[in-house]
Amino acid sequence: MDTVSKIKNMVPQVRRDIVRMVHAVQSGHPGGSLGCTEFLCTLYNGVMKHHPEKWDMNATNQDVFFLSNGHISPVFYSVLARSGYFPVSELSTFRKLNTRLQGHPTTHEGLEGVRMASGSLGQGLSVAIGAALAKKLNNDNHHVYVLMGDGEIQEGQVWEAAMFAAAKKVDNIIATIDVNGQQIDGSTAQVLNSGDWGAKWEAFGWTVLSMNGNDVDDIMKTMQDAKSKSGQGKPVVILMKTEMGNGVDFMMHSHKWHGVAPNDEQLASALSQNEATLGDY
Amino acid sequence: MKKYTYTEKKDTRSGFGAGLSQLGKENENVVALCADLTGSLKMDAFAKDHPERFIQVGIAEANMMGIAAGLTIGGKIPFTGTFANFSTGRVYDQIRQSIAYSDKNVKICASHAGLTLGEDGATHQILEDIGLMRMLPGMVVINPCDFNQTKAATIAIAKYHGPVYLRFGRPSVPNFTPADQNFEIGKAVMLNEGSDVTIIATGHLVWKAIEAGEQLAEKGISAEIINIHTIKPIDEEAILKSVAKTKCVVTCEEHNRFGGLGDAVAQVIIKNTPVPQEYVAVNDSFGESGTPDQLMTKYGLDTINIVEAAEKVLKRK
Repeated sequence: MDTVSKIKNMVPQVRRDIVRMVHAVQSGHPGGSLGCTEFLCTLYNGVMKHHPEKWDMNATNQDVFFLSNGHISPVFYSVLARSGYFPVSELSTFRKLNTRLQGHPTTHEGLEGVRMASGSLGQGLSVAIGAALAKKLNNDNHHVYVLMGDGEIQEGQVWEAAMFAAAKKVDNIIATIDVNGQQIDGSTAQVLNSGDWGAKWEAFGWTVLSMNGNDVDDIMKTMQDAKSKSGQGKPVVILMKTEMGNGVDFMMHSHKWHGVAPNDEQLASALSQNEATLGDY
Repeated sequence: MKKYTYTEKKDTRSGFGAGLSQLGKENENVVALCADLTGSLKMDAFAKDHPERFIQVGIAEANMMGIAAGLTIGGKIPFTGTFANFSTGRVYDQIRQSIAYSDKNVKICASHAGLTLGEDGATHQILEDIGLMRMLPGMVVINPCDFNQTKAATIAIAKYHGPVYLRFGRPSVPNFTPADQNFEIGKAVMLNEGSDVTIIATGHLVWKAIEAGEQLAEKGISAEIINIHTIKPIDEEAILKSVAKTKCVVTCEEHNRFGGLGDAVAQVIIKNTPVPQEYVAVNDSFGESGTPDQLMTKYGLDTINIVEAAEKVLKRK
């Protein structure tokens, strides 16, 4: 199987993991997780140069990823496990007492693949910039990736970081914004209509790309494009259009599945729509 | 009473600047970040000598804390520099999540702490920072007393792996501790052995505690004086050993009486050997504009306040 086929084969399995994890503890965030499944599967298995088998907090001579919108931890944990960072069986401990798979990601429990805690929003871009600066100081020619939510970028710290990265030419960072248009209280347009995100990031001095975050081929192509545009004195941001709840029909086209768990019947429906391609945990 | 002398008064922030400058030469992993207060923090020398390792963040403290956290991923030892107010209250959540909870090796270096910032007034005079930082699990909290000790502390915290809050200030105060001191995190410094009352002080109040000890000696009162530069983890052994002898204690700090050194000491003694305690601290208020000396007098943080507190606590024994 080629790389893209392997990624596409992984996607339904990760979706199963997400809904099963959230269903098991009747808590967690399935909507945003499902929307970012193609992206994280592709990033970890088709884009990043990394070494899951040799876990290294300092990420020496490898690419590094930060999840800033930590509430989509189900997809993060599933992709980390399915990419070899820790045993897939550990997904069954999600959000349970004494787990390393806390509700929101943390380094505190020593979970391989997690390099910062996230959950309180708006902090990941700053941390990613710090890691990118460390790579420059270490002459480590690898990339730093970070994912934020489109609701999350209402946080002011994001714009402090955006100004800084452009001013200081942090051009080894590739940020992605999950533009699913939804947040807890409704659509992003209803909650805080922020106009043209692309124009804003461009005005802040970033190279702006866009892609369909639910299309593995487009993600592969755009991420390669982003890499080719890095190293040219400007940070790169990708506006990634996604459908929240993608791949589970009743969770799509709504913000209502941001932080709600499916019941037994809904779980069965979600699983029927996604094949266990790699075997359930 | 042991005699303490000094040849000059110096600001503790310059001790930080000197320590950082030395670290820059000795340890290439040391990186410094500043939010538009390079001169005030005395970070100029580091910035000039190591421009590639000095990061001017601009007036964006939240971003600075996040960048510092990220720099540790790559083995750097970041020292952030801004005023104490902007080093703590303004960025509490960034410190909590990206640094403390994320176990990052960041040194949060905070100048202009307390009332002695002076004329700028209460917006800049944080009196709650020790409490805020003490409450964070895993955070080391250090408040050295003079130039030499601040320099030694700055160098020492680079060797310690984990988040540290280093608090210092703006005014010139007697520089009386040895230039070649061995700064040990968490280890109290015995300044004077006494038998009647224990006086535990931190930061700028340490010299005033020495002055108070001299005045008490003239009245025939033998004060044991301890410099607690590390408020967390606190030196329980030194405190308990002293109060076992004196049976009473006065704590002195340039901080609100809630959450600071006094509470840290009280926690130690109530769990072990409860004895009377008096606080020399700001009485749950904000500061205001004035000269540092005027403010220390108005808010009850002078030598005379320590003397009076000692006399009061002696009567409660």
